[in-house]
Amino acid sequence: MTLDAHTVHDTELIQLLTPEGERLEHPDYPLTLSDSQLRDLYRDLVVVRALDRESVALTRQGELGLWPSLLGQEAAQVGSGRALGAGDMVFPTYREHGVAYCRGLPLLNILKLFRGVDLGAWDPREYGFHLYSIVIGSQTLHATGYAMGIQRDGRHGTGIGDAAIAYFGDGATAQGDVNESFVWASVYNAPIVFFCQNNQWAISAPLERQTRIPLYRRAQGFGFPGVRVDGNDVLACLAVTRRALDLARTGRGPTLIEAFTYRMDAHTTTDDPTRYRHSDELEAWKLKDPIARFRAYLSRSGLASPDFFDEIDAQAKREAADLRSACLALPDPPPAELFDRVYAGPHAVLAEEKAAYDSYLAGFR
Amino acid sequence: MNDAIETMPRPRSETLTLAKALNQGLRKAMADDPKVLVMGEDVGRLGGVFRVTDGLHQEFGEDRVIDTPLAESGIVGTAIGLALRGYRPVCEIQFDGFVFPAADQIITQLAKMRMRSRGAVELPVVVRIPCGGGIGAVEHHSESPEAYFAHTAGLRVVACANPVDAYWMIQQAVACPDPVIFFEPKRRYWDKAQVDPADGAVPFDRAVVARPGTDVTLLAYGPMVKTCLEAAQAAQEDGRSLEVVDLRSLSPLDTGTVLESVRRTGRCVVVHEAPVFGGFGGELAARVTEHCFYRLEAPVLRVGGFATPYPPSRLEDHYLPDLDRILDAVDRSFSW
Repeated sequence: MTLDAHTVHDTELIQLLTPEGERLEHPDYPLTLSDSQLRDLYRDLVVVRALDRESVALTRQGELGLWPSLLGQEAAQVGSGRALGAGDMVFPTYREHGVAYCRGLPLLNILKLFRGVDLGAWDPREYGFHLYSIVIGSQTLHATGYAMGIQRDGRHGTGIGDAAIAYFGDGATAQGDVNESFVWASVYNAPIVFFCQNNQWAISAPLERQTRIPLYRRAQGFGFPGVRVDGNDVLACLAVTRRALDLARTGRGPTLIEAFTYRMDAHTTTDDPTRYRHSDELEAWKLKDPIARFRAYLSRSGLASPDFFDEIDAQAKREAADLRSACLALPDPPPAELFDRVYAGPHAVLAEEKAAYDSYLAGFR
Repeated sequence: MNDAIETMPRPRSETLTLAKALNQGLRKAMADDPKVLVMGEDVGRLGGVFRVTDGLHQEFGEDRVIDTPLAESGIVGTAIGLALRGYRPVCEIQFDGFVFPAADQIITQLAKMRMRSRGAVELPVVVRIPCGGGIGAVEHHSESPEAYFAHTAGLRVVACANPVDAYWMIQQAVACPDPVIFFEPKRRYWDKAQVDPADGAVPFDRAVVARPGTDVTLLAYGPMVKTCLEAAQAAQEDGRSLEVVDLRSLSPLDTGTVLESVRRTGRCVVVHEAPVFGGFGGELAARVTEHCFYRLEAPVLRVGGFATPYPPSRLEDHYLPDLDRILDAVDRSFSW
């Protein structure tokens, strides 16, 4: 049989919720959530999508320089994000707005980056969510090193220690840094989860330009388990990530999760996907929409009423409006921001430049 | 009471090679702070190809002296992650020519994280790089890549030139909250000097006058400091007094010490192994010219490698500045 990157056997794809919203059981991934936990997941999905849509609109209106949309990837991000514990550290790419939301990072921080008022300057320790990483794949090494630090802190393997999780996309799997991080995590048995959102496209490059085999199978060659999960199934993403984190925490090393999903919007607001992909592909993936299927499940099982859905829509609208007004109120940074945080201690050359520029500016006052 | 004082380990003054002085400095840094790690290719059981980390693995264990897979980007990238978790990694890049696979992690990540996070993230990572030629090595083992890193804001770039500085500067680099690119002149690894841990250390971002003089200022760092000192000795026999300034730090540059010297001598020759074109000497020449224009008796001259890739070792004596090429530049400065 010829393998290709799209090959999906029913037995390989972990799914707990069909595209029609039918709940499935999987022997390796039992998942029991309370009704309110289920409703909270839905809330996360809807709010995250609304914030993403608002950010796209802000970009179209010239308020942000760029926006990488997560449309279609909400379940992968919310499912994995809600599997994390307080002590875990996320190493994101630049599209993990949904994970950020789950970590309690106000999305305004991310808008600051794309508006250009700062460089994405939150304190990673405060949220367990590291800075966005724009150079593809570089953060996987940081996550691996961080996990090696966890090992050296003394609680590793006890089941209560922390874990690191690295997010990246299908395109990143071709990067040297990602492959190096697989080697390192493997040989040191580091407590890390590699969470690959395979959204099928690296800007215009399709999956087959990155790989000839399903991505999750690469893990085997590096010596740790890989699983493919339905990335549009929030429950499966939650269950699979939980299990991988548990393996990491209990000293059983890394796992590669391939969340099989689809980038329903452009790569970023500057991209034009009509130049490289057909609309029928998008239409087919719309039928697997992560929010529609979860809503169908909640409705069908009587866990949520129409009033609940209305209430969530209203909340999402409010949060989006709040994000918009906060974004528009962001002040431009003062020129001192240029110089003051490059080095911890004094730096003679920078001090000289700052003094000269201050004096230059003073000439206009 | 007196017994207690007697039994405290007292630092001993020793004659050390530059490599051993680095080793002792690292040992001290690791003993003082349990968060300090050493990592790189062959740094553990082997003690490093130059033995700079000799014995540390045995003394501090494999969790703190980490033999890594053979991947330079991985070394620096995971060091960043370890620093994010509160550790202070000292990475060894085995040879200068092997640092380029790590260039992205150094330039894109390590250098920028502090400013990107508005100071929330500190990366006290040291990247040690044995640098320069003169040991008859095969290609990619004799390069001088300092200008790339000095050009990168967010890094501190230093070069030690003698065992005393090696001992102190490596400890200062480890203690520094900013990332430090630490150049070690590999052809000077076996030079010896008396190192007394009881002596105070000069701050590692200061230049020093390695030999006072009155007629010409030679600016050098790393391996070329010794060559310049030899040139100054030879010139003295011809009746010329050359001052040698050891820059020690390229970023930040101690401009004050440089300018003070050139204002006194009125002449300046910059010496480095790296190619002259686009090299760090250009920055020095520009700064000296901007600040000492009316004090200069001649343009700032530069002596260094040619605009070629590093040559095969049988040609490296032509490529590398030596005593004669330095004195030739001094002559040209005087005949201007």
